[in-house]
Amino acid sequence: MSHQLNMQGVRKTYATGAVEVEALRGIDLQVEEGNYVAIMGPSGSGKSTLMHIIGCLDTPSAGTYELDGIDVSSMTEKSLAEVRNRKIGFVFQQFNLLPSLSALRNVELPLIYAGVNAAERKERARVALDRVGLADRVQHRPGELSGGQQQRVSVARALVTDPTLLLADEPTGALDSRSTKDILALFDELNDSGRTIVMITHEHDVAAHARRIVHIYDGLLTDSAPVAVAVR
Amino acid sequence: MMEWTETIRTAVSALNARRMRSLLTMLGILIGIAAVMLTVGLGQGAQQSITSQINSLGSNMIIVTPSSSTSTGGFRGGGSTASTLTTADAAMLADPAIAPDVAAVAPTSSVSGSLQSSTSTWTSTVVGTVPDWQSVRARTLGSGRFFTTDEVNSSANVAVIGSETATELFDTVSPVGQTVSINGQSFTVIGVLASAGSSLGSNEDDTVVVPLTTFASRLSTSSSATSVSSIYLEGKDADTLSAAYQEVKTALLASHQVTSDTADFTVSTQASLVETATSITGILTLLLGGVAGISLLVGGIGVMNIMLVSVSERVREIGLRKALGATPGVIRRQFLVEAGILGILGGLVGVSLGFAGAAILTPIIGITVSISAPATLIALVVSLGIGIVAGVYPASRAAKLAPIDALRSE
Repeated sequence: MSHQLNMQGVRKTYATGAVEVEALRGIDLQVEEGNYVAIMGPSGSGKSTLMHIIGCLDTPSAGTYELDGIDVSSMTEKSLAEVRNRKIGFVFQQFNLLPSLSALRNVELPLIYAGVNAAERKERARVALDRVGLADRVQHRPGELSGGQQQRVSVARALVTDPTLLLADEPTGALDSRSTKDILALFDELNDSGRTIVMITHEHDVAAHARRIVHIYDGLLTDSAPVAVAVR
Repeated sequence: MMEWTETIRTAVSALNARRMRSLLTMLGILIGIAAVMLTVGLGQGAQQSITSQINSLGSNMIIVTPSSSTSTGGFRGGGSTASTLTTADAAMLADPAIAPDVAAVAPTSSVSGSLQSSTSTWTSTVVGTVPDWQSVRARTLGSGRFFTTDEVNSSANVAVIGSETATELFDTVSPVGQTVSINGQSFTVIGVLASAGSSLGSNEDDTVVVPLTTFASRLSTSSSATSVSSIYLEGKDADTLSAAYQEVKTALLASHQVTSDTADFTVSTQASLVETATSITGILTLLLGGVAGISLLVGGIGVMNIMLVSVSERVREIGLRKALGATPGVIRRQFLVEAGILGILGGLVGVSLGFAGAAILTPIIGITVSISAPATLIALVVSLGIGIVAGVYPASRAAKLAPIDALRSE
């Protein structure tokens, strides 16, 4: 299996005032196509920084990061935006849907930035919403949907560009247990159909859905044990 | 590449989401544009009105008025004292050997007169002049005839009256042949002037014209019998008007034994009057337009202010859009378009308000507020430009936001 995500010696240093904080201190991480990886770690461990770099929202201070065979570690902001648009589907803890837009328009957003024409955009957004089971909610605004439904809209938005990687940052952090189960089942289903998923979480029972769990502590990966299939 | 229609759609929905604020922001641009259009329109209207009034005085006209161009002389020849111009000056200028390019000369004097007909009384301006006045001032007769040179020579008690004066004095009765008393002197009305409207504040239709000699002997308040208050001349044609102007000036300087620095008279042509009026109205227009322009500038600053507020309020939205693939360029364009839409909408409403204001003001102030098509177009382009320029700084701030910082903010 090819590596969809290949990180070698990634470091990230932040200058906060006079003190330099090293959030990541040499991360080596490979994720194969079709894998489902959970990244766990306590707060302050560098978990979010790692997620930002994986998501091309930030670039490493040192080391290399290849996504789908492309070195993205020293790209310009413009190129990074294009990589995010094409290769990464984000699912955020707070859903991050635009409240004034319908579910359909929210899902269309990444396609708008990709320059896809209106007719094709609408069609693909409908398919994506259908995929997450919201075919009957396309014209609803986020405010008219439950938390679980909103998160499913954001999953649809993440899927609509058919990205290389689905990157979820505490996707169940703001959901009740039923919606959590719902979303995790959706992730399982997506992964079973071949979608690569990287998920940041601090909940063990959520992480248990992944095929592989990676722990991060003080800016370093401590272990990376495959999850026993039985747990799933 | 994001489609333009989507950029505009997104901008409109963002402005629509904060409708009240967008309207108030537009108000600044709107008032500025309307104010500039109205002041400039008013200036242009005043200019056109003055120019046409000057042109309606006659054609190829030269006017000699008593005055002093020396800085120490003060007022000379003003009031009811003897004017520095006399009938002799007029006679000299009528001589083809002295002023070959002058076609007609009309010395005039005027006084305010109490008029009395058999049925009513009226007050009007009484002008004493010669038959050439009719040609110089380009006046035609509605009925009757103008007085002749013989009547001037014989100081006949005849009068030609304006159409409005005729109505006031005689109502519907034909005035020709009627008797009118002017300041106690009895005159026979021999003609009525055709209407010429009002010009430069004086009503050309409310006047009484009598022979200059009769005026001097019976009506004049001047201490000198030969002095006149101004001399109207008509040039032969437009091409020789400047030659005629020079001839008049040279002849008068010589006969008054003064130089152009100490001249006790002023020679003006219609062109020079128009020029003076134009430069005065031009300065006024510039001044008023400038004040209005400042309000437009303030409107632009308002747009910038609101766009900055909008950027800081929408940090999270900007972060999300960036995460989903919006490049800094796309974000910048998004905010520029929003500011531009505020500008152009303000401009459109401002232009409409300008037209409405012009329509309302014109009958009230009696001057046509003329808003031209190019001025309208310029106003729209300027309002769009102001919006975009005001958007540049906020838009580049939005474009520079790092997606992670933007997403982090709650």
